[in-house]
Amino acid sequence: MMSFSLWDIVSALLLTARWTVVLSLVAFVGGGVLGLLVLMARTSRLAGLRRAAWVYIELFQGTPLLMQLFLAFFGLSLVGVEVPAWLAAGATLTLWSAAFLSEIWRGCVEAIPRGQWESSASLAMGYVQQMRHVVLPQAARIAVAPTVGFAVQIVKGTAVTSIIGFTELSKAATIITNATFNPFVVYGIAALIYFALCWPLSRLSLRLERKLNAPHRA
Amino acid sequence: MAYKFDFGAVFDYTPVLLKGIVVTTELIVFGALAGIAVGIACAWARTQGPRALRVPVTAYVELIRNTPFLIQLFFIFFGLPALGMSLTEMQAACLAMALNLGAYSCEIIRAGIVATHRGQFEAGASLAMSRIQVFRHVILKPALARIWPALSSQIVIVMLGSAVCSQISVEDVSFAAAYIQSRNFRAFESYIVATLTYLALALILRQLLRMLGRHWFGRPAR
Repeated sequence: MMSFSLWDIVSALLLTARWTVVLSLVAFVGGGVLGLLVLMARTSRLAGLRRAAWVYIELFQGTPLLMQLFLAFFGLSLVGVEVPAWLAAGATLTLWSAAFLSEIWRGCVEAIPRGQWESSASLAMGYVQQMRHVVLPQAARIAVAPTVGFAVQIVKGTAVTSIIGFTELSKAATIITNATFNPFVVYGIAALIYFALCWPLSRLSLRLERKLNAPHRA
Repeated sequence: MAYKFDFGAVFDYTPVLLKGIVVTTELIVFGALAGIAVGIACAWARTQGPRALRVPVTAYVELIRNTPFLIQLFFIFFGLPALGMSLTEMQAACLAMALNLGAYSCEIIRAGIVATHRGQFEAGASLAMSRIQVFRHVILKPALARIWPALSSQIVIVMLGSAVCSQISVEDVSFAAAYIQSRNFRAFESYIVATLTYLALALILRQLLRMLGRHWFGRPAR
């Protein structure tokens, strides 16, 4: 039997942590782009679009990420697409984070006073122009801190993808545990690596909130 | 697409699914009660407690909030036996949920306490109440009333997160789905049914928490 030093365990975990980072970035960027579209639909003037966006958000916020992953994993293969675990993981996390980001941003858009919409409408701006030139630039300022905060949720969400067999940090921890019979140390180190990824983001979010929203506080 | 859906094959296993619903409900009832208790205790420690308590409580809250629930669950179930602490699947899952919700609810409840007017503390003190009495009788209820909506959403989030407890073979709804699809090979249908079950549970839970909030706190406080 092979024996593993503590350093073997740490380096193996750090090596697979890069997939956690890559997957988080994919979910964050993809979710951000899709989330912006969902946000536009959610706040649009067309009732049909608004309702569709609402259903989408309710579905993804009201069901476990794990179930969404399984559905993507088994569902896509029914349509004849051979789904590797990374594709199912990336697609699901993107859809999932889009639902949450669009709701976070909707709160920020709604925090912009009605008068801003009305005055830009009086300048004969269309909906997209109002959004682009008047509302979003102001909403973005409020949105920065909670968006960075949500990045922490995404990093933690990637852990669930280990269950469909995507080899990121959590999956690696399970594999190494099976080889070393030392779950206490392995899962402890894995937790510390996640902490090292997430904690700076949490602190940043807190700092940005203090800095950017200072005028909003009494 | 030539795929033919067959939900009948899933409903042949209705008893398994029902058992799963019962177990998920047990998880959330225990997890929510214990989690909020932990949260209140920690929020008290961070705002009014002795200075010596603040550092470890803050460390606990930050550690839990910045690591995935799945890792916490695995650490508790697989890791703790190394310290001579063996838990059953259900105990480990409940402990993980309580610790997880405890950390999140601590921050939420703390926000409610911090938002309480200083005069409230002083008024309580002027009635010759001890600090603990002021906290229990004067501060806590309005603080909870203020943050009840946020706390409710967090409870729903934790309930949905409990789906991964099936990974340590707690026989909850997601475990039922995995079991059913291993028997009838209808993976897609099984997981659709399980997902919709969770959706229904989330809607019911949210409604229930709203009713409880109205019952305990009346109209939401400002």
